[in-house]
Amino acid sequence: MALGWYILRRLGSIIPTLILVSVIVFALQQLIPGDPAVAIAGDELNEQAIQEIRTKYGFDQPIYVQYFKWIGNVTTGDFGESYRNKVEVADLILQKLPVTIQLATFAMIVALVVGIPAGILAATCKQNAVGTAANILALSGISIPHFWLGIMMILIFSVNLGILPASGYVPPWEDLRQNIVSLIMPSIVLGTGVAGVITRHTRGAMLQVLSSDYVRTARAKGLAERVVVSKHALKNALIPVITLSTIEFGQLLSGAILTEQIFSIPGFGKLIVDSVFNREYAVVQGVVLVTATIFILLNFLADILYFVVNPRMRSAHG
Amino acid sequence: MKYKLTVIAAAAALAMSGGAASAQSVMRIGLNDDPDTIDPALSQAFVTRLVLTTFCDKLFDINAELGFVPRLAESYEWSPDGKQLTLRLRPNVKFHDGEPLDAEAVKFNFERNMTIEGSFRKPDLAGVTSVEAMDPLTVRVNLDAPSASLISILADRAGMMVSPKAAKELGTKFGAAPVCAGPFKFVSRVPQGRIIFEKFADYWDKENIHIDRVEMQAVNDPTVRLSNLQSGEFDIIERLSPADVKQVEGDSNLRLAKAPDIGYGYIQFNVGNGPRAAKMSDQRVREAIDISIDREALVNVAFEGLYKPGDQVIAEGSYYHDETKPVVKRDVERAKQLLKEAGQENFTFEINVRPDRDFQVPAQIIQAMLAESGINMVINTMENVTQLEASRQGNFESYMSFWSGRVDPDGNTFQFYNCNAAGNRMGYCNEEVDKLLIEARQTLDPAQRKALYKKALDIKYHDRPDLSLWYRQLFAASSAKVEGLKLFPDGMIRLQGVKLN
Repeated sequence: MALGWYILRRLGSIIPTLILVSVIVFALQQLIPGDPAVAIAGDELNEQAIQEIRTKYGFDQPIYVQYFKWIGNVTTGDFGESYRNKVEVADLILQKLPVTIQLATFAMIVALVVGIPAGILAATCKQNAVGTAANILALSGISIPHFWLGIMMILIFSVNLGILPASGYVPPWEDLRQNIVSLIMPSIVLGTGVAGVITRHTRGAMLQVLSSDYVRTARAKGLAERVVVSKHALKNALIPVITLSTIEFGQLLSGAILTEQIFSIPGFGKLIVDSVFNREYAVVQGVVLVTATIFILLNFLADILYFVVNPRMRSAHG
Repeated sequence: MKYKLTVIAAAAALAMSGGAASAQSVMRIGLNDDPDTIDPALSQAFVTRLVLTTFCDKLFDINAELGFVPRLAESYEWSPDGKQLTLRLRPNVKFHDGEPLDAEAVKFNFERNMTIEGSFRKPDLAGVTSVEAMDPLTVRVNLDAPSASLISILADRAGMMVSPKAAKELGTKFGAAPVCAGPFKFVSRVPQGRIIFEKFADYWDKENIHIDRVEMQAVNDPTVRLSNLQSGEFDIIERLSPADVKQVEGDSNLRLAKAPDIGYGYIQFNVGNGPRAAKMSDQRVREAIDISIDREALVNVAFEGLYKPGDQVIAEGSYYHDETKPVVKRDVERAKQLLKEAGQENFTFEINVRPDRDFQVPAQIIQAMLAESGINMVINTMENVTQLEASRQGNFESYMSFWSGRVDPDGNTFQFYNCNAAGNRMGYCNEEVDKLLIEARQTLDPAQRKALYKKALDIKYHDRPDLSLWYRQLFAASSAKVEGLKLFPDGMIRLQGVKLN
């Protein structure tokens, strides 16, 4: 009962949030200088075609009319049409979202596989060279610009060694092996920053746990240090890291923009950058709205999970 | 939905033919930017023209000397009054969907280009009053006045023939699954991703096609694009930046292809478009700016000496280029004198310039050159679309840009200098120029036409509503495996005769 009520209340706050997001996105678009009809026409010196584009996409109507038309269509699942590509925006989103999710997932795997062991090493070997190395790695990961790292990797692994493709994403259903190979460098580039953050957090959490009473007890019992770290300390230290990783995953989805540009991966990020430059209002609005919805839904899900897991919240809302 | 099915079917076909794929020759082309809709009527981007050229045959084509060669039309004939063009079509030509390319199909294409909503080909065909299919292989185009540029227009996008059946079915979404009559047929496209074509078995000129499959992919960053070529990811990259030419020439695994381009960089002044026109309205001031610029030094510094200094709107290589006119020489003393006469010593003006390197660097060099004549040019950096918008509205004193050029001189003159033309953002108006340009447009004899353009442009070159600055040179790079790649002055890549070893 209490859960149902809680869900209802949270849902009640989601809808106004989404409406607010849609208004802000729409308004921001209008602030970008440059008529989309002119952007579509480019160098073509054709007033008639420009006027037709304006009429067809309704750019000649008052902004509020354009907004209500758009939002009305969106509620029926019609996000409009990309005027540059003459493709439905909904189709574009469905085509590109999985690409970015795959890239973000791979990057997250890279970040976790590198970040957690590095964090443990940094905490347990803080007195020696291994720990210092792990710390330096973490700091470098956070501070190296994606663009530079991407180009360096292309120069080393594609141009000089010729072992990895410099670009050219291949969908998994076309060639799974090629798909994974084409994502190795992008996921490393995208994952480095997060790996650094995870290293630092794992280190911090480990240090805290290792100095706690129960670890001292475990050590006093005469357990080997390896067992203390892996069996007792790590489990508790990982809880804040897991929370952090879910937040970072959301960041990866938007952080993929630059990586997708460097490696020409046809994902969400490349779509949004190209669309802003081409004044593809319908595409930008659609992408931002979908991204915002995903974020809000994930938050909603997390809140419900907290509610289910943590009995104290139940009484607070009961 | 239909499009998705096609893609799925294509993917399935690909998966099944996977075993034989290694024996195929696949040409991978790196594009500078992502094309807009792949539809000859609805697209405007240069890069889309390049994509279309590889798989959509035209009625005519140009050759390296900017002359015209027959393609889908075998021959043509003008009526004595110049108001009727009769086209004889090549027999037994099929579209990729098996439909015949006949007179009815050509008539349909003219009408589609002239009527479909949002068509960019409408002004190209504005003079066409009707099109008749005389017999299966003869088409007659009726015009309201003689049009000397029509053949050149039919050698560009307006001459690309699409399958009427597919065009009727898909309407404005034709670009999602384009069907033409060229050497390759469209397989699939992921926007911002790859565009795939495969060899068309029934192509009329298939003896000249030695490539089985073409894959194109846009890579925006020039460094990454070149790296892709070096690593073998691409076989050809188009529009190589002059800054990268040396690196390609020094690499034994790469080959450079080049061609003189018909495009040119320019500065336009606002001489009569709205309230901001007053500033630049004195011819003496514009002349002072012109003769303060050292074009030779400009191209040497800004473009590694690979572009050519120039001040005409019809580039070298065209029959209509005026070879008697020397390039304007720098004369700082005379520039100062002119400014004094105009009462404009310490003249300051604003120029809108795009953020791209190819505009920023020349603008800064010109700024320094003008300063020596006592002219203060204020550079106003503006993103491309914003700049286009400001120019259209007359909200500028001057701006720097680039015109990709047209094979026929009409495309480089009428729309800029005619008093009422849409592209005349300068607000330039000279009745004599107007009269001559209209006459040139309707004169079919090349020698007479050339004389008319010289007359009109000499007036324009004196009035200086705009200044041409450099003629671009086109570069493409390929791996050494690619044999027979030739670049044409329109910058298109033609795969006829090209081999992959």
